[in-house]
Amino acid sequence: MNTPGPSPVFEQPESFEFTPENRKLAEAHIAKYPPGRQASAVLPLLHLAQVQSGGWLPKAAMDYVAQMLGMAPIRVYEVGTFYTMFNLRPVGRYLLQVCTTTPCWLRGSDDVVAACERKLGIAMGETTADGLFTLVEVECLGACVNAPVLQVNNDFYEDLNGPATEKLLDALRAGNPPPPGSVIGRQASAPITGRTTLTGLPAKPAADRSRRNRKRT
Amino acid sequence: MLADKDRIFTNLYGLDDWRLSGARRRGDWDGTKDLILKGRDWIVEQIKESGLRGRGGAGFPTGLKWSFMPKQSDRPTYLAVNADESEPGTCKDRDIMRHDPQKLVEGALLASVGMGVHHCYIYIRGEFYNEAQRLQAAIDEAYAAGLIGKDACGSGYEFDIYLHRGAGAYICGEETALLESLEGHKGMPRLKPPFPAAVGVYGCPTTVNNVETIAVAPTILRRGAGWFAGIGRPKNSGTKIFCISGHVAAPCNVEEEMGIPLKELIERHAGGVRGGWDNLLAVIPGGSSVPVLPKSICDTVLMDFDSLQAVQSGLGTAAVIVMDKSTDIVKAIARLSEFYKHESCGQCTPCREGTGWMWRVMERMVKGNASAAEIDMLLNVSYEIEGHTICALGDAAAWPIQGLIRHFRPEMERRIIEYREAATRRRVAA
Repeated sequence: MNTPGPSPVFEQPESFEFTPENRKLAEAHIAKYPPGRQASAVLPLLHLAQVQSGGWLPKAAMDYVAQMLGMAPIRVYEVGTFYTMFNLRPVGRYLLQVCTTTPCWLRGSDDVVAACERKLGIAMGETTADGLFTLVEVECLGACVNAPVLQVNNDFYEDLNGPATEKLLDALRAGNPPPPGSVIGRQASAPITGRTTLTGLPAKPAADRSRRNRKRT
Repeated sequence: MLADKDRIFTNLYGLDDWRLSGARRRGDWDGTKDLILKGRDWIVEQIKESGLRGRGGAGFPTGLKWSFMPKQSDRPTYLAVNADESEPGTCKDRDIMRHDPQKLVEGALLASVGMGVHHCYIYIRGEFYNEAQRLQAAIDEAYAAGLIGKDACGSGYEFDIYLHRGAGAYICGEETALLESLEGHKGMPRLKPPFPAAVGVYGCPTTVNNVETIAVAPTILRRGAGWFAGIGRPKNSGTKIFCISGHVAAPCNVEEEMGIPLKELIERHAGGVRGGWDNLLAVIPGGSSVPVLPKSICDTVLMDFDSLQAVQSGLGTAAVIVMDKSTDIVKAIARLSEFYKHESCGQCTPCREGTGWMWRVMERMVKGNASAAEIDMLLNVSYEIEGHTICALGDAAAWPIQGLIRHFRPEMERRIIEYREAATRRRVAA
């Protein structure tokens, strides 16, 4: 997370160790790569460590991953600081990532930012006092025809505007996250005015209404 | 307009079942064993004849790229599928992976047979968490059905796919940065040559292809190279997913014929420009990296590699960013400059220093707080960055600014004059 801002005081934990389940998952990741190339697993292991640490990556976790993969700790710090998805300080339960790159900006991402700041009383890069929300600005999330987009932990909320953003924040605060996707009920990336292609298909999805795994990973 | 029967991505919007059963119903994995048994040379020949050009931005002929892989290799060889979709404006691979993932899995197998490859890594951007879950489920289903694995489709061909999640870095969509990242390093591009086909991941021959490029391959092989080559225009053949974003009535993804007129694409599928075609200011036709086009060119230009190159822009990823007359065009491009400044990996000095410098100047240009001579200085600096870096990110940062100055210099000059006049008025009043 590269967003500048006042750095809140926080403590680095003394130590870190994977839970037995995560250790198993980590070993499965390592097995994807050829023998001797276990450093390839550094991204998946750091992702795991971040989830286990509650959404951020303590130094002790990077040291642990370095040891597990036989890497020099500095090589893991390099990776941990290079990629923006690794949070090097604690974040709120809901990490709000507003895309403000040009396609989202053209569709009103300024309103999404303003709604978050007003509703939560925090500025970019800050966390609410109750530890529930952290607000950051991110670059293109890759959902541009459903702009503007706000990513909350793993989920994308799309086709937002100011009021819809406030409603979403209320629902999150109440511990009741709505299903991800378009907040105006659009079918994925199809035009809101009706399909111009693939018109032979039914209007509603045929199968799989199963809830996606929305755990943070 | 392309007929529905000629569309490859028949579940683009996720209306039908994404699982293997749904994919089979839509025609995926039909006779794949026979295609495998036709052999490596046949596959590459078909892809060459189809005229397929890479869908990730550069438009390199895919069959030719596949033919660069060594016929004999004492080392393992790899296919790396680039699913690090991050080019602003682009969101097509996401739809393929969440709604039609078996097209990608089958394509990876057939492409790998075409290159004699037995291991494939799919590098998906980290933010696509739900899409990665979906794709992993599709890979698991394909393994369970014996479509990939020790004996893919009963053909005797051994083939493994591994999904690898990135962690938020636009630069990892550059093929050599992707390989660095896959090896567990910072995503910093490598010098070429050697090209990945000679020295790729783990020092072994590797081909990197975009998701869409791989996902169209099975349909091409099934329906024939001639079918694909017959759509679009010579050297610009086939179908393409276009992502239409920005100031249109109905932003959307749509699969269309290559070479469709830009105006028709926007009016037919995206509900037209907000406020009508005459309210159009400019379009970025191929993702943030390609130069912007003013309305006068948008009136007639065709959406394919060569047509857009002829007007000093590019098809890129076919991400069409539409801006109507309410747009602050200088600010729109300045925001892209900020993007490139943020995403520069910092390896090469012209890009590391230049992207920040250009962004700061662009921010002043938004207000007009500059001198007219600085427009030329900005242009010159952009030329000093372009072509002087290891990868194309430097070029990608330079082109939007060059496009802006090429077509909207009077607007930039107007702001500078107005800013001056306002400053003078303030001095007089004081």
